[in-house]
Amino acid sequence: MSLAVTALACARGGVPLLEGVSFSLRSGAALVLRGPNGCGKTTLLRCVAGLQPPLAGEIEAAPDAIAYAAHADGIKATLSVAENLRFWAAIYGTTDIETALERMNLRALADRAAQNLSAGQKRRLGLARLMVTGRPVWVLDEPTVSLDMASVALFGDVVRDHLARGGMALIATHIDLGLPEAEMLDLTPFKAQLPAAGSGDFDEAFL
Amino acid sequence: MIALLTRDLRLALRAGGGFGLGLAFFLIMAVLVPLGVGPQPSTLSLIAPGILWVGALLACLLSLDRIFALDFEDGSLDLLATAPVPLEAVVTIKALAHWLTTSLPLVLISPVLGLLLFLPAEAYLWLILSLLLGTPALSVIGTFGAALTVGLKRGGLLLSLLVLPLYIPTLIFGAEVVSRGAMGLSIGTPLALLAGITAGSVAILPFASALVLRINLR
Repeated sequence: MSLAVTALACARGGVPLLEGVSFSLRSGAALVLRGPNGCGKTTLLRCVAGLQPPLAGEIEAAPDAIAYAAHADGIKATLSVAENLRFWAAIYGTTDIETALERMNLRALADRAAQNLSAGQKRRLGLARLMVTGRPVWVLDEPTVSLDMASVALFGDVVRDHLARGGMALIATHIDLGLPEAEMLDLTPFKAQLPAAGSGDFDEAFL
Repeated sequence: MIALLTRDLRLALRAGGGFGLGLAFFLIMAVLVPLGVGPQPSTLSLIAPGILWVGALLACLLSLDRIFALDFEDGSLDLLATAPVPLEAVVTIKALAHWLTTSLPLVLISPVLGLLLFLPAEAYLWLILSLLLGTPALSVIGTFGAALTVGLKRGGLLLSLLVLPLYIPTLIFGAEVVSRGAMGLSIGTPLALLAGITAGSVAILPFASALVLRINLR
């Protein structure tokens, strides 16, 4: 089981952001993506998650291996914490939400409607969703936004356990997750050179 | 898949889910028309089939932009697109949930509103049958329109403009079934065409919706 990205180029809104990005992840490894705002971290992760096609390059991953966590947590405000988790578990064909509740410290909030959660609690719920997917490759976009120090440590432990079980994690973050074993990749050197005007595909304006 | 359907139904029924909006619109329309047109039974029974069908169609249109907009805003749509359910199935389930929460209540309440409009007695069966056959097409076509406009701020106007022309055949044949039924004429041809439109759109449009959704999520 591995994830390999070779010579990847990706664009957002028709503007190429990154080119020539290559990295690979094997079982039990984590890679932290760094780079200034707007350098293309989210775009790269969306490419890897399969939400948008890359401009060039290859992404090799086992089918149905990736669990993606975006900026938005995908939480339904009128459902309770447990209902939200149970829904995602059912979508991914798993049943165990207890471990996730326990590990993300959501047990006491299980029956509370998600609209009454604080920003940090919502984020914890969004991250607990990863644990019920049962997928080996976690693709995380700024997972620690609005988490307090204790919750960041909690989440660091969860990621470490996931890696210890042979999982993988690809994380875009600005802060230290407490994962000293994770490799770093700074995306700044891969910034795409703007192409000459008019060289783009005609269809691009519409797609 | 079942989980998605039950989630959507549950969301629609809870506070703020918008359940009942279309129903209330349909009800208001059927109550206001006799006030506007005048209470003569002869006039009302003549226009009742058309009014009921137009009302059902507009009530259906009212809730279309919610099909994907809410899931898009809170990020669930991105996550569903990366989940192990095919997007075609997601789209079909969304259309089914819309039909169950919006169109089915309209079908069920339509005989009561028929009373208000002096619908001839022999037309009730055809009213319910034509709405049952026709409204799935409205939901599926509407889901396609919602997929086209997902991500647009205030896309509701564009959505209505895109979807209305596609609704017209269903409206024409649906209302035709009811008025012919009311006059005791044979309804075979419009009923078959209505069923054909529904069968065709249910078979084809989920693929188109999933495709445009993928493009819109890029």
